Amino acid sequence: MQQEIVFQARGLTKVYSMGEVKVHALKGIDLDLYAGELVVLLGASGSGKSTLLNILGGLDTATAGHVNYHGRDLTVANDRELTDYRRHHIGFVFQFYNLIPSLTARENVGVVTEIARDPMKPEEALAIVGLGERLDHFPAQLSGGEQQRVAIARAIAKRPAVLLCDEPTGALDLATGIIVLEALERVNRELGTATVLITHNAEIADMADRVIYLRDGLITEIRKNEEKRAAGSLKW
Amino acid sequence: MKGQALAISLVIASGVATFIMSRSTHDSLERTQAAFYQETRFAELFATLKRAPESLRQRIQSLPGVDVVETGTLADVKVDIEGFADPVRGILVSLPENPEDGLNRLYLRAGRFVDPRRDDELIVSEAFAEAHTLRPGDGLYVVINGRRKHLRIVGVALSPEYIYQIAPGDIFPDYKRYGIFWMARRALSTAYDMEGAFNNLSLTLSAQAQEAEVIERIDDLLESYGGLGAYSRENQLSHRYLSEEFRQLERMAMIFPIIFLGVSAFLLNMVVSRMVGTQREQIAILKAFGYSTTDVGLHYIKLVIVIVIIGVGIGLICGVWLGRGLGGLYMEFYRFPFLAFELRPGTIVTAALVSIAAALLGTIFSVRRAAGIAPAEAMRPEAPAIYRETFFEKMGLKRVLSQPSRMIARHIERRPMKSFLSIIGIAMACAIMMVGSFQEDAIDYMVDIQFGRAQREDLAVTFVEPTSRRALYDLENTPGVQYGEPFRVVPVKLRFGHRHYRTGIQGIESGGDLQRLLNKDLNVIALPASGIVLTEYLGKRLGVQPGDTLTVEVLTGSRPHREIQVAAFVSQYLGVSGYMELSALNRLMREGNAISGAYLAVDKAYRTQTFAALKEMPRVAGTTIRESAIKSFYETMGETLLIFTFINTILASTIAFGVVYNSARIMLSERSRELASLRVLGLTRGEISYIMLGELGVLTLAAIPLGFLIGWRFCKVISDNLQTDLYRVPLILESSTFGFAATVVLISTFVSGLIVRQHLDHLDLVAVLKTKE
Ligand SMILES: Nc1ncnc2c1ncn2[C@@H]1O[C@H](COP(=O)(O)OP(=O)(O)O)[C@@H](O)[C@H]1O
Ligand SMILES: [Mg+2]
Repeated sequence: MQQEIVFQARGLTKVYSMGEVKVHALKGIDLDLYAGELVVLLGASGSGKSTLLNILGGLDTATAGHVNYHGRDLTVANDRELTDYRRHHIGFVFQFYNLIPSLTARENVGVVTEIARDPMKPEEALAIVGLGERLDHFPAQLSGGEQQRVAIARAIAKRPAVLLCDEPTGALDLATGIIVLEALERVNRELGTATVLITHNAEIADMADRVIYLRDGLITEIRKNEEKRAAGSLKW
Repeated sequence: MKGQALAISLVIASGVATFIMSRSTHDSLERTQAAFYQETRFAELFATLKRAPESLRQRIQSLPGVDVVETGTLADVKVDIEGFADPVRGILVSLPENPEDGLNRLYLRAGRFVDPRRDDELIVSEAFAEAHTLRPGDGLYVVINGRRKHLRIVGVALSPEYIYQIAPGDIFPDYKRYGIFWMARRALSTAYDMEGAFNNLSLTLSAQAQEAEVIERIDDLLESYGGLGAYSRENQLSHRYLSEEFRQLERMAMIFPIIFLGVSAFLLNMVVSRMVGTQREQIAILKAFGYSTTDVGLHYIKLVIVIVIIGVGIGLICGVWLGRGLGGLYMEFYRFPFLAFELRPGTIVTAALVSIAAALLGTIFSVRRAAGIAPAEAMRPEAPAIYRETFFEKMGLKRVLSQPSRMIARHIERRPMKSFLSIIGIAMACAIMMVGSFQEDAIDYMVDIQFGRAQREDLAVTFVEPTSRRALYDLENTPGVQYGEPFRVVPVKLRFGHRHYRTGIQGIESGGDLQRLLNKDLNVIALPASGIVLTEYLGKRLGVQPGDTLTVEVLTGSRPHREIQVAAFVSQYLGVSGYMELSALNRLMREGNAISGAYLAVDKAYRTQTFAALKEMPRVAGTTIRESAIKSFYETMGETLLIFTFINTILASTIAFGVVYNSARIMLSERSRELASLRVLGLTRGEISYIMLGELGVLTLAAIPLGFLIGWRFCKVISDNLQTDLYRVPLILESSTFGFAATVVLISTFVSGLIVRQHLDHLDLVAVLKTKE
């Protein structure tokens, strides 16, 4: 499988300083991410998963090292460039759905499609995650799983190159979690969106093309799954 | 939080400062007045008469209730100052042999008392001396009983009788053209043929005296000596003006702080409850640790009390500072020799209590609501708020609104009460701005109407005594005089039932062009051929209606009492008076064609010649120049009032800013999570600012018209309460007042927006994602 590289991280380091104390969240990460693949980032709480994802997504900046995205170095980008990068290239899904409560499902997606360059229709994005019927519901009228799927629809509606998901099932029960994972699987398969999925649940790793293990701010192992399991067959 | 707390403190401070400033200014002035009266032994009853032998003094002294009696001589004089062409007049008052004794003592500001044996020494009132930069050693000419005499100034003084130095019949003080002068009694008596006699009487009463009874007895005694009727302090010109002004100040000192404290209390309440509302999670944590609702409540109450106390502290310091400053200013204006600053403990306590009570009310309510939630529930993410499509969207506007605009519309509509309160808060801020500047408009308007439509003469000339109508022709033949209209003034006491009022009846000819009467709509009305026309304010004071019959007690001559019907009311912003057709007034007096003076229209080009000619006329006692009267009004009274207003405007601006800024900060804390999410999705700083500041902008724009409405109400309350004998402040609001209030609110919004924008630019995107709502 010789594919186009989307991200290339080299020597990525992140140090948080809180007064006297310095926390080394990332201690030198080298990582390549290929177009269209589904990667699961696995690691204990505090191992640096979110930090890595945030830097890849242009929400945070690295202390040292470089991240290359399609030839751009994110580590030297300013706020305007990072905003533009998030706006057109990256889709985010978080544990807490972060929907805008005052907007309907359709409008939550619309927030993104209004400003994207080549978006799909909000209805289309919602259909992909199986919410074609609940377009005009407000977040308050949707279940947790449904809200998360709206968040996924919102993330993919701009047809991003990369979808970054930080524990998207963390706040959901098993059955709902699986529906959400199925939606992500479908997006990855049908749209070919490179997807990075953070979890501390080893079971979920089975649905990935590659699994990256993180411990204490370092990659300890990168494993290729010979055989991907369908999200629907997972259990935990 | 810190900025917000400070802004709240400033709002309280402004309210408290207004309160302390107004109260202490008023209390200080009253104390100063009392202290000055006591030190100079200001008399309690006064009377002027034509001439009575000094022996009468004994009989007055022996009247029951009379304590100390002092007699003297008064004379109206014309004064000439080198290098000053305008006519100047004044009163020449006799000084007793021992001026440091007796009643109405002079308070020397410079120089010395006159030598009782000399007839060429003079003391001048301080206001007059300052207006002409006269000092002891300087000289001036006084026309004494027709003879022009050079007098040397030996002293400058203040008198309790002439604190408010205004010519009788004038509306505004004019220090340059009206002065008080003191001379040795012997010299004055000689000049006016008053040796062994007096024409002026002052006295104090003993503790149990019945004032009305004493007045009656004195009037009986003086009747055959041409008495003009004794009167108490409340009718003494200077004291009466002073009390009117103090009364007005006192009302301002009530109304302004009530509005300011009220508004700041309301805002405090609003801000505190919203602030506590954003602390839901902290409250839950505290409760999870085992703190009771009361404990949590106390925590916030302490916090709020600290904020309030800081505010009250700042307000107290500023208020005292402003009160002293303003007191000092009034002191100079009224010419008290010292200011006895007074800050009553009750004033401080009231300000503090009102502020604390308002804050506590707001806090307790919202803390109880926040702390009443079970800890587990509060720590769970708050269920997403329920939104609906707004009315406007349903009307079909939806298609034109972008998602951010829909967010704004729905935020505002979702919590109509909260949006409404924000609007009210900003509107209040706008309203008190109007309160600050409305009086300026009103004063301009008052002067405009009074002198543009009613009193349009250039000069008002008063004769030494009522004269034949033919004297008018002499005036009309004076160089520069275009034409004149005669008038007659009769000092009277108007009585209706048990109410009475001392004033003058002005007789004028109907159809005149210089003196005109205005109805409610400020249109010129014709003077009825019979009956009396009253200033509406006077009518209300007496409780009469047109058609009722009044008793007129004439205070001169044979002091007849007559009945007369009230023909109509007229509107007048300045002064209080009764008007009659000149011939009707003369008929009432059973006198022939007498006039007391004339209103003149003159050609400005001949000003100097006109004044010179008038000075030469022995019959002319004084001349009032309209233009300089208006000017002196703006220079003195207007300025004093406007400084009060100016300070209030600054305090109002502080409140306006504090409110808008707090609304913006609260909005920021309520929205920051949502806005950070949008930033994550790739919205720019500008785009999220639009959502946040758009809402603030919409609320502000909605608040301004409402603010105009509330402001208009506030101004009406003030205008209704500024109805005094001196003037009635009309409810006049110029567009500049609206514009100014709106501008300050908009600038506050803009600056708050900039500050909030700073915060938006530094939103921590990552932190927001880690926490639940
Ligand atoms: N804003 C921050 N300030 C200080 N330390 C942080 C911050 N964010 C994360 N950390 C620390 O960095 C380390 C990695 O955190 P994170 O990337 O969130 O781990 P994970 O997502 O794997 O649980 C942890 O030790 C965490 O405490
Ligand atoms: Mg994490």
